[in-house]
Amino acid sequence: MLSLHCPYCGVDVDETDLTPGGEAHLVRSGSGSDDADFEAYLFMRKNPRGVHFERWRHSFGCGKWFHAARATDTLEVFGTYSAQTKEPPQDVQERIRARRPDWKGFGKGDRI
Amino acid sequence: MSARLARHGRLIDRRKPLQFTFNGRHLHGYQGDTLASALLANGQTLVGRSFKYHRPRGIVAAGPEEPNALVGLGKGAGFEPNQRATTTELFDGLIAESQNHWPSLEFDLGAVNKAMARFFPAGFYYKTFMFPRAAWEHLFEPIVRGAAGLGRVPQEKDKDTYEYFYHTTDILIVGGGIAGLQAAEIAGKSGLRVLLIEQTPDWGGRAMVDGVQINGIGAADWVEKALARLRAMPNVILRSRMMGAGVYDHGYALGYERLSDHDPKIPGPRHRLWRIRARRIITATGAIERPLSFAGNDIPGVMLAGAVRDYLENYGVSPGELTLVVTNNDNAYLSAIALHEAGLTVPAIIDARPEATGALPQKARALGLRVETGCAIGTVHGGKRVTSVTLCNQAGSGAILDEIPCDAVAMSGGWSPVVHLWSHCGGKLRWDADQAMFRPDPARPPRGANGAGFVIAAGTANGHLAAEAVMEDAAEAAAAAVRALGAKADPAKRATARSMPEMPILPVWSMPANAGPKLRMKTWLDFQNDVKVSDVRLAAQEGYESVEHTKRYTTLGMASDQGKLSNINGLAVLADSLSRDIPQVGTTTFRPPYHPISFGAIAGEARGPLFKPLRKSPIHDWLDANGAHWEPVADWRRPYCLRRSGETVKEAVTREILNTRQNVGLLDASTLGKIIVKGPDAGRFLDMLYTNMMSSLKVGRCRYGLMCNENGFLIDDGVVVRLSDDTFLCHTTSGGSDRIHAWMEEWLQTEWWDWQVYTANVTEQFAQIGIVGPKARSVLEALGGMDVSREALPFMAFQEGQIAGIRARVYRISFSGELSYEIAVPAALGQAFWNKALAAGGDFGMQPYGTEALHVMRAEKGFIMIGDETDGTVIPQDLNLGWAISRKKDDFLGKRAQQRPHMVDPNRKQLVGLLTEDPQVVLPDAAHAVEGPKRANGMENIIGHVTSSYYSPTLGHSIAMALIKGGSRRMGETLRFPVADGVVIRAQVVDPVFLDKEGERQNV
Repeated sequence: MLSLHCPYCGVDVDETDLTPGGEAHLVRSGSGSDDADFEAYLFMRKNPRGVHFERWRHSFGCGKWFHAARATDTLEVFGTYSAQTKEPPQDVQERIRARRPDWKGFGKGDRI
Repeated sequence: MSARLARHGRLIDRRKPLQFTFNGRHLHGYQGDTLASALLANGQTLVGRSFKYHRPRGIVAAGPEEPNALVGLGKGAGFEPNQRATTTELFDGLIAESQNHWPSLEFDLGAVNKAMARFFPAGFYYKTFMFPRAAWEHLFEPIVRGAAGLGRVPQEKDKDTYEYFYHTTDILIVGGGIAGLQAAEIAGKSGLRVLLIEQTPDWGGRAMVDGVQINGIGAADWVEKALARLRAMPNVILRSRMMGAGVYDHGYALGYERLSDHDPKIPGPRHRLWRIRARRIITATGAIERPLSFAGNDIPGVMLAGAVRDYLENYGVSPGELTLVVTNNDNAYLSAIALHEAGLTVPAIIDARPEATGALPQKARALGLRVETGCAIGTVHGGKRVTSVTLCNQAGSGAILDEIPCDAVAMSGGWSPVVHLWSHCGGKLRWDADQAMFRPDPARPPRGANGAGFVIAAGTANGHLAAEAVMEDAAEAAAAAVRALGAKADPAKRATARSMPEMPILPVWSMPANAGPKLRMKTWLDFQNDVKVSDVRLAAQEGYESVEHTKRYTTLGMASDQGKLSNINGLAVLADSLSRDIPQVGTTTFRPPYHPISFGAIAGEARGPLFKPLRKSPIHDWLDANGAHWEPVADWRRPYCLRRSGETVKEAVTREILNTRQNVGLLDASTLGKIIVKGPDAGRFLDMLYTNMMSSLKVGRCRYGLMCNENGFLIDDGVVVRLSDDTFLCHTTSGGSDRIHAWMEEWLQTEWWDWQVYTANVTEQFAQIGIVGPKARSVLEALGGMDVSREALPFMAFQEGQIAGIRARVYRISFSGELSYEIAVPAALGQAFWNKALAAGGDFGMQPYGTEALHVMRAEKGFIMIGDETDGTVIPQDLNLGWAISRKKDDFLGKRAQQRPHMVDPNRKQLVGLLTEDPQVVLPDAAHAVEGPKRANGMENIIGHVTSSYYSPTLGHSIAMALIKGGSRRMGETLRFPVADGVVIRAQVVDPVFLDKEGERQNV
C-alpha cells in the first residue's frame, strides 16, 4: 500500500484514503478539436516503466486533488505537488534528475 | 511407530494432560503440544490423503511448511477446514478430522487414482478434457468438480469475531528467534519504536533444539534474559502468536495475530489483523529445511530431519523406534545424535557426500552410529508406514547395496532461508552456490518512498546458518536500520554464540544421481499437490521452459503450502532437465500471505450490519414501522412499497400507484442528491457540466439537466434550481450525490482552477418530501402558509417560505406526470413535516408510496432512469433527449465525443416503447430482441434489449422500454423476444410515453 504526502494536509496518507486519477498533466481537447488530438486526450495514456506523473485525490481527507511524481518500477516518490499547475515544479524535476540521470525530462521521450 | 518418550519435551507440561479427538478417536496430549506432536505421540502417523492420488500421507514438518497434515478443526459454527496440525496448538476438547478421503482415512477408494498414476501425468487435465464439447457438461465437469477442493466447506456462519489493529512503528522485526531478539535489543537501545513479532507461542526459534550456546550459557537461558531486558524497554513491543503475513509498498506490513486459537475459552476476537506501517522492516524469519528427492519420500514416516529433532526436544515425541537419517549436510547429524542420546535406534546415517569429516559426523561415529558416505536411498518400502529402505550409491542409478529395516526416515537436503517477506515487495535474490540456497541480495532490496531499501534480512533468513554469524548479522542489520532512521546504534554490544561447526553441503537434487524413470515416478517434489520429479521432467520435455509456466502446468508449489518444501527442489529438477544453471531458471514469485490467514481476519469487523455503513433518511424509522418493504438504493435503503396488513408486495404497489394517480401520494425523496454550486462563475461552470444551458436559468426556476462524461455517455440527471444570481442547487440521482460532487470538484480543482466556484454536498441537510397527485395542491393548501396556486407557483418554479409553520422550499416538479410538489425542509424537521402532511392529507385519501410505484409511474410517462435506460454506453440522443442538449454552447463535457462517427450513426440503439401482443404478459427485464437469420455460431442476431418493464395498473396492460438498433425508425414494427425454453414474446414498437402525452395532468 503506497503512502503519499498530501501537500494540502501535510501528512503521509495511506493509499486506501486516496483515489487514483490516472495520468497527470493531460491537456483537454474539447469541442472543435481534431480527431487525433481528441483521441490522444480521451484514450492514449502513458504506461512507462520508470518516471510517471499521476493524479491522486485525498478523498477520505481534505478532498483535494494533487499530483505525484513517482517511479513505477521501484515505487520511489520524487514528490507530490498541487494539481493546479501545467507541469511539475522545478524542484520536483530536479529531484528526478538527481535520482534518475537517464530521465529525458518532462514531456520528452516518454510519449507512447 | 511414533510415541511419547518419558523424558525430553521442553515445551510441554506433563502435569497438564489434555483430551482431544481425531476422526472420533479419543486421544491424549499435554499442554504445550501442537496437534501434530500430540498425534505423533499417539502413534498416529497417517494424517491425510494426497490431493490427486489419495496416497497415504504423514506429518513431514513441524512448522508452517507442513504440506500434509491438513485437518478440519472444530464443528458447526466453529468448523474450519485445511488447518495445519503443525501450527495448531492443542487445547482440551479439540476436535480434528482428516481430509480428502472416502470412505475413511485408513481405507480410501480414491486411492485407485494411485494405480492410475501412469495416466495422470503433468498437464493431464489440459490434455484430456478437450473434446467432444458435449462431454464437458455431462462427463468431465461433474468428475472434476467432484474431485476438486480440499477439505469441507463450513456449513454455518462463523461464530467468531475478528478485528483490525492499526500500528505505526520505526522498526518492525519479524521472527522471534535469536536473530530477531538480538536485533530487537540493538534497535531497542536506540530509543526508536520497535515491534518484534513471532509466529509461534515460544521465543528463541531453533537455537535450543540445536544446542546453541550464547554468551556462555544455554540458548534457553539467554532467551529468557533477553526477553526480560526487552520487556523493560518502553519503546519495544513484543507479540508472540503473530505472523508477519506480508510486506507491501512503502513499508506496509500485515501481522496476523492468533488470540484464542490455542484456547477458545478466551473471550474477544479470535484473530487480529495488524496493519502496520514501518519505516524499516527486519526479516529474521529463519530457514526451512528441504526434503531430498528419492523414491518413496512421501510414505508416512519420512520426515524432515530438523522436524524429527523438534518433536524430540520440544515435545518428547519420537518419530519411530528405528529412524534412519539421510542427508547431504552435517546439520542432520544433530538429529541422529539427539535420537541416539534419547535411547532410540538410528540404524544408519546415509550421507550423499563422498566423505563426512566434520565434527558432527565424527561425533556420530564415536557414538557408534553407522555412517554410509557416498550413498543414497534407492527406494523407501512401505504403504501406510515406512518398513525399510534400500541403500545404493549416490553416483549410480539405484543398484541395491543393502536393505535397512526402519520405521522412520529423517531427511535433510539442506536449508533454504525464508525469503518470502524480503521478496513480497520486489526484493531480489542471489544464488549462493556454496550453500546451495537462494538468499536476499542486499544490493537489490524492496525500496520505499524515498528510494532507500526498507527491508533488511537478518541471520539465517539472510543466508547465515551458523549461530555466531547469525548473531553478528542480526546486530549489523539492526544497526543499519537504526542508522538509516537517524539514530545511534552499537552493533558491537551484541551477544556471541557458539554452535557445532559444520562442513559444506553437497547439492543433491536427485537421489541417486542417475535415478531412472521408474524411481522418478515415485519421487515426490510437492507432497500436497502430488507433483513428482517425472512430472517436472515431462513439462520440460514438452517445452515448458519458464519456471512460472512449469509451475502452472504441473501445479508444483500451487497448494496451500505454496511450495515451501517443493519449490527449490522443483526448479533444480527443471534446471537439470533444461541443462541450465539454477539461477538462470530462477524462482517463482513470492506472494503474500506467507502462510494462509483466515478470511475472518481479512474481513475484520466488516460483516453483517457493519459490512457497509447504511445511510438513513430522516423518515427511515417511520417507514420501517409502517410496512416498508426495503430495497437497497446505493448506500440507502428505500421502501419498495409500504405494505398494509394482509397485503402482498404486488397488491401494495398497485394500490399505491392507483391512489397516487386518483387522489394523492406521499413520497420520501430525501435520498436525492443535493449539491450547492455557488460563485461568480457558477453558471459558466454548470454550462460545462450539463448538456443544456444552465446560466440562462432564471432565479426562482427549475430545469431538468443531463450530465455526460468526456466519452459523451450519460452519467446522471436531475433538476437544477437557481436559488440566487450566483447560487444553484443541483439535484442528482440518489446513488449519484457523492460521485457527482466528486466529479464537480475534479473539474474545478484540476482543469478550471481559476474559476470562482464553490460546491457543497448538502444531501443530508434536507428532508425532501413529494406530495404527488391530483389532490396535491389541496393538501398543501390545508397545510397552509404558502400560496401554491397555479399562478403563484407554476410548473418548474419554486417558492421559499413556511409550510405548516416549518421553513420550507417548495419545488413544483414532477417525476410521475401528476401535479406534484417536492418540499425540502431542514432534515431535523423532516419527520415533523411528514407527520403534518399525513394528518392534512387524510381527508384527501393521501397514502405514502414507495420506489416501485415511483418507477412504474415514471415509466408510464416514458421518463428515463439512470442505470436502467443507461449503462455507461448510452448518449442522451439515444434516449430521445436531444431537446436537452444545447446547440448554442461552444462546449460542454461530452460534446466533442458526441460528434464521433459512431455516436451519430442512425443505427445506434435508440429508446422505444413496447406493447406486448398479449397485454397481460410482462417482458422480463433485459430480454433480448432478435431479428433475421441466426448467426454463424447458431446464436440469434440480437438487435437490442429491454431496459424497463412493468405492468401498468393505470393503463391495465404491460408497458416496457427498450434500446433497439435504429429504434426511432421502427415505430409499429413487431419484434421478437425469445425468453426461455422456446417461448417467444412478441411486442410492438411504440412511442415510450404511454400516459398523457400532452402533459395535461401536471399542467393544472
